[in-house]
Amino acid sequence: MTTITTPVTATPVAPPSRSLARGLIDSQVMTAREIRRSLRSIDALLTSLMLPVVILTMFVFVFGGAISSDGHYINYVVPGIILLCAGFGSAATAVSVAQDMTTGTIDRFRTMPIFGSSVLVGHVTASVARNLVAGTIVIGFALLYGFRPTASAGQWLLAIALVVLFVLAFTWVACALGLVVGPEAANGLTFLMIFLPYVSSGFVPTATMPGLLQAFAAHQPITPIVETLRGLLLGTPMDGTAGPAVAWCAGILVVGYVAAARLYTRRRAG
Amino acid sequence: MATSAPPDPVIEVVGIEKSYGAVTVLEGIDLQVERGEIFALLGPNGAGKTTLVHILTTLVEADAGRASVGGFDVVDHAAAVRSIISLTGQSAAVDEFLTGEENLRMMGRLVHLGRADARLRAAELLAQFDLVDAAGRRAGTYSGGMRRRLDLAISLLSRPPVIFLDEPTTGLDPRSRQALWNVVRALAAEGVTIFLTTQYLEEADQLADRIAVIDGGRIIAAGTADQLKQGVSGARVELTFGDPVSFERAVAVVGGADVQADAERLALSVSAEQTVAAVKDLLDLMEHHAIPIEGIAIIRPTLDDVFLAITGHPTTEAAAA
Repeated sequence: MTTITTPVTATPVAPPSRSLARGLIDSQVMTAREIRRSLRSIDALLTSLMLPVVILTMFVFVFGGAISSDGHYINYVVPGIILLCAGFGSAATAVSVAQDMTTGTIDRFRTMPIFGSSVLVGHVTASVARNLVAGTIVIGFALLYGFRPTASAGQWLLAIALVVLFVLAFTWVACALGLVVGPEAANGLTFLMIFLPYVSSGFVPTATMPGLLQAFAAHQPITPIVETLRGLLLGTPMDGTAGPAVAWCAGILVVGYVAAARLYTRRRAG
Repeated sequence: MATSAPPDPVIEVVGIEKSYGAVTVLEGIDLQVERGEIFALLGPNGAGKTTLVHILTTLVEADAGRASVGGFDVVDHAAAVRSIISLTGQSAAVDEFLTGEENLRMMGRLVHLGRADARLRAAELLAQFDLVDAAGRRAGTYSGGMRRRLDLAISLLSRPPVIFLDEPTTGLDPRSRQALWNVVRALAAEGVTIFLTTQYLEEADQLADRIAVIDGGRIIAAGTADQLKQGVSGARVELTFGDPVSFERAVAVVGGADVQADAERLALSVSAEQTVAAVKDLLDLMEHHAIPIEGIAIIRPTLDDVFLAITGHPTTEAAAA
């Protein structure tokens, strides 16, 4: 390592063009980075892929008989399970972002002429990819357990699009939170995301809940999203839930993205 | 600072101040670094070295004052500054989940090399930094020295004309430290401007063209290593003797105001502006009086002496020793 052939630019080069193409390449490189990191964090990967199956199995075989004895509970609960898992999977990004921020790598990125939040774009895209895989696995097990969706191909696509939108929205929120709290506190968020779907129409009809919880369940984002998903997959009546479902996701997405991008650029070096 | 205005400063810092809450970290820093120079910011832990590096590398904004790198203001033209610098921070910025080669290729893409160029440059740097055998292993399994090497290799991907090294050898074994010094020297020889921070006096002494001593958020001395040492006291020429009689006779014949005699070690020293002439004079004097000597040595003040003299407290390194 004694010979270094590094020709030196004598004069500073002009400021780099911050073109869209550059931003795309930066984001693509960051996505590849995050997917590699995900694949190599075996523990976290197994948790994110297996936990949904464990939860599904529990609801179908442990609680299912008690909640609804006619054997069709699986059809009712799968959309809720999908959102529960997608929410958990999205929230996991808070932990990985928080961990990432503790390394010197981020400071290096911030001294390089790269598209500002491309690191976060990498985390978000990887989260979508992870959740698609986890979702596919959980639906596979659901079909095995007797889940019988009636959706057409077009309805499947719409359902997938809605779940992806949901994952995008909550992953950006998770990014923002991962930027302000440490890895341990970020872990807490994943628990919040596990509990939120329970207080919705995801697992039991909201009519069975006490008044206060019922009001909360009726006005929180998960309920219209899960009803829309159920409508798309099983043909249940949607009663105008699709609009609120998309609006909730889009709203959360915008707030999460703006917050995360701002926090990232303003975050001071550790 | 006692330096005359350089014609072409690559790094210019004027009146930089920074506080975190009630804690003042930097209290008005002024300095200039010329093109192709190795500049060392020397100071103990908590002196404000890293904060200044963070300001210069666009990671942190100063509360007052201004700074520019390559003529670009670090706040107003942060993107331009980022395109001509690289930072190797205190914690090696390598991705532990990726292999050494993947780290280099990823960073290569991020400094806007094409896929093929990134691969070529990665191979080149792996070879230069003696990391070919470890290229396919995850950086998380690397030793401290290997991480620093990979870290520095990443810094060089874009061939930046200005490199910031924040305590590059802290925690390294002597061999790795030497190897890193060689890399830094080779870079400087090619005209790269290097701004390094260190708490090791020896490192500043060995590497730097100019040194600024920082303590408590202020630059308290600046100059070349030799200039700083002269500020303390000049070199001394010391004679040692084999027996007390010779020693006593020598003490009797050596004149001058600044003679130090150490009867226990049988050593006698005089301060000397011109050390070679002083050696000759002393040897002539001993020969003239037929006094046998056992040894002769030139003693230069170390930067440890300098640091103690300027700050009133020893460096962390000397204190720990």
